Amino acid sequence: MGTKAKKPASQAPQTTPIRLTGAEIVWATLVGEGVTDVFGYPGGAILPVYDALRKFPIHHTLVRHEQGAAHMADGYARASGKVGVCIATSGPGATNLVTGIATAMLDSIPIVCITGNVSSKVLGSDAFQEVDITGITLPVTKHNFLISRAEDIAPAIRYAFQIAKSARPGPVLVDITKDAQQATAIFDFEAAKPRPVRPHPMRKIEESGLEQAAELIRNAQRPVILAGHGIIESGAMEQVRTLAERAQIPVALTLLGLGAIPASHPLNLGMMGMHGEAWVNHAIQDADLLIACGMRFDDRVTGTLSTFATKAKKIHIEVDPAEINKNVKVDVPLAGDLREVLERLLPRIPSHDRSAWLKSIDDIKGASAVRDIKNLPDLGHLYAAHVIHDIWRITGGNAIVVTDVGQHQMWEAQYYHHEQPRTLITSGGLGTMGFALPAAIGAKTACPDKEVWVIAGDGGFQMTSPELSTIAQEGIKINIAIINNGYLGMVRQWQEFFYERNYQSTPLVSPDFVKLAAAHGIEGRAVRTRAEVDEAVNQARSAPGAFLLNFMVEKEDSVYPMIPVGNALHEMIRRPEKNHVAGHEDK
Amino acid sequence: MMHTFIAYVEDLPGVLTRVASLFRRLNINIHSLTVGRSERAGLSRMTVVCEASAEAGHRIRASLFKLENVVDVDDIAQAPSVTRELALIKVAATPQSRSQIFELAEVFRARIVDLTSESLIIEMTGVESKIEGLIQILNESDGRILEVCRSGKMTMRRGQHTSRVLRAMGAVADDQPEADDLP
Repeated sequence: MGTKAKKPASQAPQTTPIRLTGAEIVWATLVGEGVTDVFGYPGGAILPVYDALRKFPIHHTLVRHEQGAAHMADGYARASGKVGVCIATSGPGATNLVTGIATAMLDSIPIVCITGNVSSKVLGSDAFQEVDITGITLPVTKHNFLISRAEDIAPAIRYAFQIAKSARPGPVLVDITKDAQQATAIFDFEAAKPRPVRPHPMRKIEESGLEQAAELIRNAQRPVILAGHGIIESGAMEQVRTLAERAQIPVALTLLGLGAIPASHPLNLGMMGMHGEAWVNHAIQDADLLIACGMRFDDRVTGTLSTFATKAKKIHIEVDPAEINKNVKVDVPLAGDLREVLERLLPRIPSHDRSAWLKSIDDIKGASAVRDIKNLPDLGHLYAAHVIHDIWRITGGNAIVVTDVGQHQMWEAQYYHHEQPRTLITSGGLGTMGFALPAAIGAKTACPDKEVWVIAGDGGFQMTSPELSTIAQEGIKINIAIINNGYLGMVRQWQEFFYERNYQSTPLVSPDFVKLAAAHGIEGRAVRTRAEVDEAVNQARSAPGAFLLNFMVEKEDSVYPMIPVGNALHEMIRRPEKNHVAGHEDK
Repeated sequence: MMHTFIAYVEDLPGVLTRVASLFRRLNINIHSLTVGRSERAGLSRMTVVCEASAEAGHRIRASLFKLENVVDVDDIAQAPSVTRELALIKVAATPQSRSQIFELAEVFRARIVDLTSESLIIEMTGVESKIEGLIQILNESDGRILEVCRSGKMTMRRGQHTSRVLRAMGAVADDQPEADDLP
């Protein structure tokens, strides 16, 4: 039952200064910043703000847990490129946001979180539902504000938006005391504009750096581009593609970089790192030059640092100077906006033929091809790889896919081939289980005309499944695929490889997800065999409302290849024999 | 190795916490931190001495600049500078034993700023090694140290460190900001 209260027609932002309550100023500033959707949960300390909402043309999605609100703002931002906004009350409402804020921080996603707090007169007295949320979120926000006067609200929110979007994006929290919400002040949107962004003094490019980089590229025999999330945030897809095509350089992607180059592009090697395909990691280890674009040499990507790409010179184009030489010592650091740097670099890069290098990579590809999913042993069970491959095929590879965290996330990266940026939405840096369902709601809100799929494991899905009610209340069309193997799959895999199959606390008893969906008024069905998959997926897609598919997959399947922590990037574990799945060795 | 950073930060509530919290989450041990008003309106000047690897200096400086309230960060490194610390040292001293303390203070050019029948307070300003020296001598002598209060290091580059002349001479790295460019 949705509350479709009459909203004022969309209007131009308030331009003449006017006296408003602090609560009204919150919304007026958001409208001025171009916000059309927010995600939140009311409470005592934020009630004045909620009371003022009906006067403003902003849609509010009521969540079921504030963590969901933060993930929704995050998914909204990832799908649209705009700043996501979430709202919560004080105390437990605010603390429930923290996991979502940390998720956004680690993946550099621009969101603004507005929380209410107790009256400034009682701050610090352990009042009811009082918590020092600015103190708690210090390490997981780019910046935060504690506002106790109505006249400070608009400047703080405008500043928050600027911080969230600028340079390396990230989350910003604005904590507003109740008395500030209730007091009045003159609202002047233009006057509330923050001073211009102070550029980071260590972010500048010298001519010599560009020339050195160009020289290295011209002379490289075996170069590889390492493409990360920064490409998408900087909007540098075309520039990276031009560099790759002109100089014939193959491109390896991080998890969050998937989609920056079309999966079908002949120079796209695929994902690198801990669960990357063998040929990608071998190419990196054999390279004589790495051009790192908008990526941060995360440990999931490099393997043991002492043996990472030892034969290669490294160029690092990165907007955050603190990331340069943090994990990996590079030869040519170029601290700047990726698109701008590439625009300056490209004129110095001539075309080049590297067919010998490309062919040598192709040869490894042939020899150590993707575990051909046709070769998976036919034990009568469904495999996650099949499910994801089929979803990819049926959706034409054009859906926005939002994954949770675990084995299914890695299989999605391996088997759903993304052609466009902002079509894979996944928690990479923090690896937050429970991310998928709420983030998908945010993504669908941002892109109502796109097909949106949740792919989640049985473990992660249960963490935020109450948001099914949000879907029901909002009437959102999302297709939900649960990869249900009865385990915390990725942890079980580590126990299989490194803890002698001691499956301590990883077998999972879950509810019947189809019944759970039905309890929320959402249709669904279970799928147990490969033969049913096509029909089930199409049934989900053509259903007018949300639809949940419970895929009962092989229980002890593992993600291959895998690079154990402590190994070099080329020392990966491959599937042992052609027909191996743990627990079925006697077959 | 020891790094000394000078940071100009906005004089607002919570800024000290933000800076200290940054060092903590970079897992860097702060040896001393002192902060006070500066010559620039609305800005405080912070001197942070910390233990970190040689390479970490770049990362610390880059991370400090990411904080909204930090306006300038200078890594003193080995540049010529003047460093001072203030120490107040309360020593147990009877009328019989205090003259020896007076002599020690004279040698170190410290001052006696409090005197009672049972104790006295020595005030000393100087480099860290001299203060450490005085404390050590006091420990070895008859005087029993009751309290030590140290301010932490304050540092200032010698001369006009951001002048164009020094820059042209190559005495200063190019990525250090000019004084004139700072707000």
